[in-house]
Amino acid sequence: MFLTISTTGTHERPATDLGFLLHKHPDKAQAFPTSHGTAHVLYPEASAERCTAALLLEIDPVALVRRGKGKGRGGAPDAALAQYVNDRPYAASSLLAVALSTVFKSALRGVCAARPERAAEPLPLRIEVPAVPARGGAELVRALFGPLGWTTVDVRPVVLDETFPAWGDSRYVQLVLEGELRLVDALRQLYVLLPVLDDAKHYWVAPDEVEKLLRAGEGWLAGHPERQLITNRYLNRRWSLTREAAERLELVRLAEADDIGVEAIDNAVDDPAPDEGTDTAETADKTVSLADQRREAILTALRDAGAASVLDLGCGQGQLVQALLKDVRFSKVVGVDVSVRALTVAARRLKTERMSERQAERVALIQGSLTYTDKRLKGYDAAVLSEVVEHLDLPRLPALEYAVFGTARPATVVVTTPNVEYNVRWETLPAGHVRHRDHRFEWTRAEFRAWADAVAARHGYAVRYVPVGPDDPEVGPPTQMGVFTMAATDTNKKEEKAA
Amino acid sequence: MSDDSRTATTEPRVLPVTDLSLVVLIGATGSGKSTFARAHFKPTEVISSDFCRGLVADDENDQSASGDAFDVLNFIAGKRLAAGRRTVIDATNVQPESRKQLVRIAREHDVLPIAIVLDLPEAVCAERNATRPDRAGMPRHVIKRHQRELRRSLRGLEREGFRKVHVLRSVEEVERARVVTERRYNDLTHLTGPFDIIGDIHGCRSELDTLLARLGYADGDGAHPEGRTAVFVGDLVDRGPDSPGVLRRVMRMVGAGNALCVPGNHENKLGRWLRGRNVRLTHGLAETVEQLGKEDDAFRAEVLAFIDGLVSHYVLDGGKLVVCHAGLPEKYHGRTSGRVRSHALYGDTTGETDEFGLPVRYPWAEDYRGRAAVVYGHTPVPSTSWINNTICLDTGAVFGGKMTALRWPERELVDVPAERVWYEPTKPLGTQAPGGREGRPLDLADVHGRRAVETRHMGRLAVREENAAAALEVMSRFAVDPRLLAYLPPTMAPTATSREEGYLEHPAEAFAQYREDGVARVVCEEKHMGSRAVALVCRDASVARERFGVDGTDSGDAGEGGGATAHGPTGALHTRTGRPFFDDPAVTEEILGRLRTAIDAAGLWAELDTDWLLLDAELMPWSLKATGLLRTQYAAVGAAAGAVFPAVTGALEAAVGRGVDVGALLRGQRERAADAAAFTEAYRRYCWETDGLAGVRLAPFQLLAARGRSLASVPHDRQLAWIDRLTEHDPTGLLQVTRRLVVETGDEESVRAGVDWWLEMTGRGGEGMVVKPLDALVRDGKKRLVQPGIKVRGREYLRIIYGPEYTQPANLERLRGRFLGHKRSLALREYALGLEGLDRLADDEPLWRVHEAVFAVLALESEPVDPRL
Repeated sequence: MFLTISTTGTHERPATDLGFLLHKHPDKAQAFPTSHGTAHVLYPEASAERCTAALLLEIDPVALVRRGKGKGRGGAPDAALAQYVNDRPYAASSLLAVALSTVFKSALRGVCAARPERAAEPLPLRIEVPAVPARGGAELVRALFGPLGWTTVDVRPVVLDETFPAWGDSRYVQLVLEGELRLVDALRQLYVLLPVLDDAKHYWVAPDEVEKLLRAGEGWLAGHPERQLITNRYLNRRWSLTREAAERLELVRLAEADDIGVEAIDNAVDDPAPDEGTDTAETADKTVSLADQRREAILTALRDAGAASVLDLGCGQGQLVQALLKDVRFSKVVGVDVSVRALTVAARRLKTERMSERQAERVALIQGSLTYTDKRLKGYDAAVLSEVVEHLDLPRLPALEYAVFGTARPATVVVTTPNVEYNVRWETLPAGHVRHRDHRFEWTRAEFRAWADAVAARHGYAVRYVPVGPDDPEVGPPTQMGVFTMAATDTNKKEEKAA
Repeated sequence: MSDDSRTATTEPRVLPVTDLSLVVLIGATGSGKSTFARAHFKPTEVISSDFCRGLVADDENDQSASGDAFDVLNFIAGKRLAAGRRTVIDATNVQPESRKQLVRIAREHDVLPIAIVLDLPEAVCAERNATRPDRAGMPRHVIKRHQRELRRSLRGLEREGFRKVHVLRSVEEVERARVVTERRYNDLTHLTGPFDIIGDIHGCRSELDTLLARLGYADGDGAHPEGRTAVFVGDLVDRGPDSPGVLRRVMRMVGAGNALCVPGNHENKLGRWLRGRNVRLTHGLAETVEQLGKEDDAFRAEVLAFIDGLVSHYVLDGGKLVVCHAGLPEKYHGRTSGRVRSHALYGDTTGETDEFGLPVRYPWAEDYRGRAAVVYGHTPVPSTSWINNTICLDTGAVFGGKMTALRWPERELVDVPAERVWYEPTKPLGTQAPGGREGRPLDLADVHGRRAVETRHMGRLAVREENAAAALEVMSRFAVDPRLLAYLPPTMAPTATSREEGYLEHPAEAFAQYREDGVARVVCEEKHMGSRAVALVCRDASVARERFGVDGTDSGDAGEGGGATAHGPTGALHTRTGRPFFDDPAVTEEILGRLRTAIDAAGLWAELDTDWLLLDAELMPWSLKATGLLRTQYAAVGAAAGAVFPAVTGALEAAVGRGVDVGALLRGQRERAADAAAFTEAYRRYCWETDGLAGVRLAPFQLLAARGRSLASVPHDRQLAWIDRLTEHDPTGLLQVTRRLVVETGDEESVRAGVDWWLEMTGRGGEGMVVKPLDALVRDGKKRLVQPGIKVRGREYLRIIYGPEYTQPANLERLRGRFLGHKRSLALREYALGLEGLDRLADDEPLWRVHEAVFAVLALESEPVDPRL
């Protein structure tokens, strides 16, 4: 909420011309109301040699929370804004950018009636922002300001708390920019890049945001190597995500009860973050192909088994359900997931609301949990547990085993899970790391088989193993698949009954 | 049982009608069915077709609406019977098709269909109709047709399935009729025992005698000096050495009124053999037949009569106990139908057969959610165990196991070993009872969707669907095993907002509130700032296994459990949403071990007569589990403020130096800087480095439950005395004492001392305190639950909640406009659910019952409420 702009000059070209360029008199302190508090402009120094303008935005933290409807929630698009313990009063965020555009409106347009020639030429500028929230760290700050003509881009990370050195650096940096630039360019860069670095906005992104970006990016954005990231973040795809967060306030509250962030428990759906890569090695690498191969292997196993009604247990965002629906031999497909958010995403993907009645009858998406028995899951030909078991703590596996193999008892069960031995082949995966942050374990081929054989024996199934993906001679395939088939006598009985 | 005896006297004509039955009135139009129904049954028991016609067609006589009207009638009848309510059908019912439908409905709900026929002269009917404006125009031939159809039906009513048929043939007979409600044979709810329920005997006379002697029954007629009643679950005969001897003893006891007996499948088969039916002499019947061959005809006849008189199951002790041979789902309790009898005798099978060629039994007990305990036999098990309030007493005496009895209501087991293997089992006795080792699976229907949980202290509490959905997600993906998750702490309301200058919360309001609620003595307990933790501590792994049903082999398949869990967990340590505190089970076990040492040394196992304890506590430091939040939010705010203010004040000082008028602004910014620094100081107090368990502190403040008892209502002074003994006996420094002060809410001086205590404590950086009624579980003058605790948070601590600058007078004034109503209501509801869960746990209720309450607390935690309260 604070920055300074300094310039140097001579008697012929006094530094105090900065006052004309900013349309703010160097000997006065002026205050301007903005929507989140009062913006002050004042000059700590003002001589022909050196002139510094300071912009101080005094944010009202209580008003910030209470702006929204409904007792402090729901008004602001970013969950962090709903907290009284909030960095907005201190950090240079989109609030400061807005203040910048309000207070220095004409400077930002490059207009200066009194000193038009000075507005049009580069000045020796020094800009200091003592607390820039920077998602992406000092490196990204350098990457963003580096290509913009500054001779110095000095970025110093701010330590979180010197009492606890182990906590490391905060996401704030102290930023000093030095170089010869037109003031208008410098202001426009700040106007765009401060919110981009913060990667959060205090207002909903409206359609005119694109125009604002084009206007403020004039002359420097088009050729910027990080143009894509800047555009993405500025136009803030987070709108749909925050909408989802608003849909899932129940989980937010449960996370709060436990003093953890909601992302720690609402992580069933990976947030797309194209500019930063994700936490899963697979997405970083060959996900698409492996996920496709996995689906194809599952479909083949189901077709071979002659299954018509299929449960996708832990259906996630519904990719497999979608694939199943494309084959008419699967007359009933039920996606089950414990995450309401995953089901919402799946329903959007499948466009369930716009399906014809006949198509809609083939598919259902229901919330369920595999650690409970569930009568609704009885009577299906097959069940798929694709990349599911590893998301359960080991002590809870017997509950899943009983719910699926003991109670639901479909004739065929297809289980896929990562083969941990293959992890050494993922170049992007640090040694000893699991492929997804929510994996509670990853099995070797022997461990998977030990489990699957025991399950099959306990519940009257036979199991065969199918490699998915390139079957490495040394470490095996990336995904291992077990196809369980109910023992013949039991299946016959079932058929007899049906006949 | 047709009853058409006619007497000319004025004695009442008695019509016995079973208490739970479907009564079908049969009679022509105008025969007076509605009048009869009004006179003899409750208005709500009677459903009339005319009424239903009116419901669907606005006209009681619109015959074109009959189809829809009968759909409605059948639907209502079905709902009533499912709920166990006698239902009377007021329709002509003269045609076999209409009666067939009703008999089907009765059978679907396993109740007796009973017919009451009003066979009155045509003239009477016509005369009555003539007096009714809406029926005056009814052609005479309609009555004639009804009469014809009725007469044709009369003989076949019993064949149609009616178990009682009462025919009234004259106006006079109708007037003399008196309906007498009869109990069902299986309804012995008025008998309260005490009982000794005895498992399968199979001709093991000697073991039976030993067991009965152990239980205190006299020889001969089996009178018990304390008036106890023996209840046999059937399978008295076959396989064993002396089935006639067993029959003789049991028949004598039953005959003398000292015992009850339900039939087993073996009695049923023996009965058929005795009646001369063609039965195969398998499964040990041959032995019985041979033994009975040495008896005389009279005895065999006596046995047959005995078997014929056996009732499939009994509902006893006010409905709390159901005894039958092979188990019975709740919807069959007290019902009467062929399939009820069949289930009671044979149980249910899945249709599959196992590797020994025996039918695979359907694990009905897993699905059982009834309130009555079901005690049964039939399936030999190596040892008995309660599953969802059901227990199988067949411990395979004849196969060399033991003979078992259950004392009721004590729920104690008494058994005697078999003297030898009398009969080789077809398959090893080790095979599992329904439910088995995996045991008592929870069903989604126990928790999913909109629910209402019945609580002892606050009635029915509703859980909304979206809250249950969120709880399901967290419970399934992150919580510890539900078998070890006996309690989740309720949320706590803060004190009413203070008007005291500079304060948002202050103890004065808390004391005043309790004074208003009529609570004279409260205890102020130091509020530790860490993370809420619930600890379940078992004396050893075998207790965890036996009482809570968990063992180390659960995770054995993957070979990762290792170390501390090699023998299975000895308890659990979880957060307020049920998540395990530590990823590494070995760390959890280390903490549980230290608690166990303290409990041992303090002698609490013996004092509380328990081998497990459930404790509510605070785990410190806060930074241990909240590091993520500290780094992304609390410390981050401090860091941003720390970075920005030197620059701001520097710039302002320079401007002031130049003579720019920003003095006021500078002062304001200096205040903000000071507030931010105070904020950083505030959170830092609750953070420190830990290394393994070094630096970790646990401050228990309440013992919640022990074997057989909830401790939630034990006064807090006694609670704290226990806690103090624990902390004294902990040599490791893990356990931390909770400071406290008792305050008399009516005594000004005492209240002032309480305020000073809080000021002193929070002045030194303490989070604050919790004020609780000393007597723990308290109700106010209107018998409503009083808040179990009110938190009063310190002025500095609240910066963490309301932001660094909340103490600025303008901010404080706005923040005072907070609303506590919902939070208080939520706190009480969660409290009542927590108590309920503890009571259910203490009563050894089935896991699903405990889990239902625990789950509801979690669901309620996701209700919308101001998170800063």
